[in-house]
Amino acid sequence: MSERQVPPPPKGGSGALLPPDAGRDRPLFLVAAILVFLACIAALGARGAIVQAEQWTSDLETSLTIQIRPVDDRDTEADARRAAEIALTIDGIAAATAHGRDHAEALIAPWLGQDNLPADLPLPLLVDVELNPGSAAPVEALQAALDEAGLAATVDDHGRWAGAVKRAAGLARTLGISLLALLMGAAAAVIAFAARASLAARLDVIDALHLSGAEDSFIAHLFQRRFFMLGLKAGTAGALIAVIVSLLVSWGDTPADMLFFLPRWSMNPFELIMLGLAPLLAGATAALSARLAVATDLRQRW
Amino acid sequence: MLKLIYLAMKPSRGSISFFGQDTATLPREDLPLLRRRVGVVFQEFKLLNHLTVFDNAALPLRVTGRKRSEYAEDVAELLAWVGLGDRMDANPATLSGGEQQRVAIARAVVAQPEILIADEPTGNVDSEMAMRLLRLFVELNKLGTTIVFATHDLQLVRLLDAPVMTLSNGHLHIRPPRSQRLRPEPIESEVHEDTATGEDDHE
Repeated sequence: MSERQVPPPPKGGSGALLPPDAGRDRPLFLVAAILVFLACIAALGARGAIVQAEQWTSDLETSLTIQIRPVDDRDTEADARRAAEIALTIDGIAAATAHGRDHAEALIAPWLGQDNLPADLPLPLLVDVELNPGSAAPVEALQAALDEAGLAATVDDHGRWAGAVKRAAGLARTLGISLLALLMGAAAAVIAFAARASLAARLDVIDALHLSGAEDSFIAHLFQRRFFMLGLKAGTAGALIAVIVSLLVSWGDTPADMLFFLPRWSMNPFELIMLGLAPLLAGATAALSARLAVATDLRQRW
Repeated sequence: MLKLIYLAMKPSRGSISFFGQDTATLPREDLPLLRRRVGVVFQEFKLLNHLTVFDNAALPLRVTGRKRSEYAEDVAELLAWVGLGDRMDANPATLSGGEQQRVAIARAVVAQPEILIADEPTGNVDSEMAMRLLRLFVELNKLGTTIVFATHDLQLVRLLDAPVMTLSNGHLHIRPPRSQRLRPEPIESEVHEDTATGEDDHE
């Protein structure tokens, strides 16, 4: 061998042991990106529903309403203002706002129309009462004070609604988390399936490496790294699209109450952590699937 | 049978003793170390077309974790020896069948295996190339490598003074090298479907 003219080895580094994907992994990329996008949307939606439900519950628990019934020969609006003044003297009450007839008419307008109300139609008026944070609702004390003042007033602590809203909030929370869990499970399963299909096209590489004496961990590591990067890129794309969608929802002029179930971007830590973790989870899922698929293939050989 | 020998396939029953080790009881992690002691030339070459000729030939060294600088000179020298010194940067898909065969051989011997197994190494080349390959095997054998190759080419078998293993109807018949036989007999009488011939200068 030494008698021959030995040419120098080629310059440059060694080529990558795994072939370039050449479009072979595009379906996996698309599937992973779409599923990560859906999972992010579901997570943002679930968070939106939970936050909104908690807001409703909190609003109900930290407020009272005083209803001033119309009584002949009495000035109902004056009674409402008087009720607000009395409410402010009770411990635990932070603010009280008396609403006039216009407010009452606006409330029933959806049913009776704006201009169809006779001016002498007796309407009950409302006083909104805000409680100090953490204070128990002083319903009995307030009712007693109003009765003592001779007002035809009834205190409503929203108890009838609070239970229903709490149940609705719990349902929204459960649905949101369940949907998120289902989507994450589906994403993991589909990414794993697509990773295996993609691997099947590279059995020749596994073959050559295996029979050249490569250890299982060496081969698995190659595929694991490739698929982790693929999942990471796909996850990043999916998460970015989810951010764009939620930003568009946030910038829209649709009333917020109509959008409680839609994902909205609010730049809070939950969103940042979730959107940061989503690509990593996608990458880890793809990497783990590839590792398991390679390990299974190698074990089936020997 | 060759797949069993180069540890590509697990025997469904029985056991294989390899370099004095029973592969049935050997921990799975130790199998790659045994495979590295065997070089294989596959009938269909199994070259990786996304790698250059040089990288294909260097594959068994690379999978052991060795750095390129440690083996580059040796691989270049080996490729020059098999006549591919000027094709090291080429893509295997652009090579002729004979050239691909030689890349496969270079890959099989680059890690200096104790056994070289070749499956139909002359099946895809013309008779001239077949003779060159045979001379290459003989030269490798002289350097200390045991060669086992399977062939249907009876002319080739006649040229070798080596033990001949004939697989027929599930039975393996072994004949000593011609020079050790008491009286010559025609090889054709034992060769049926698959013929394996082995040559070992350690015997």
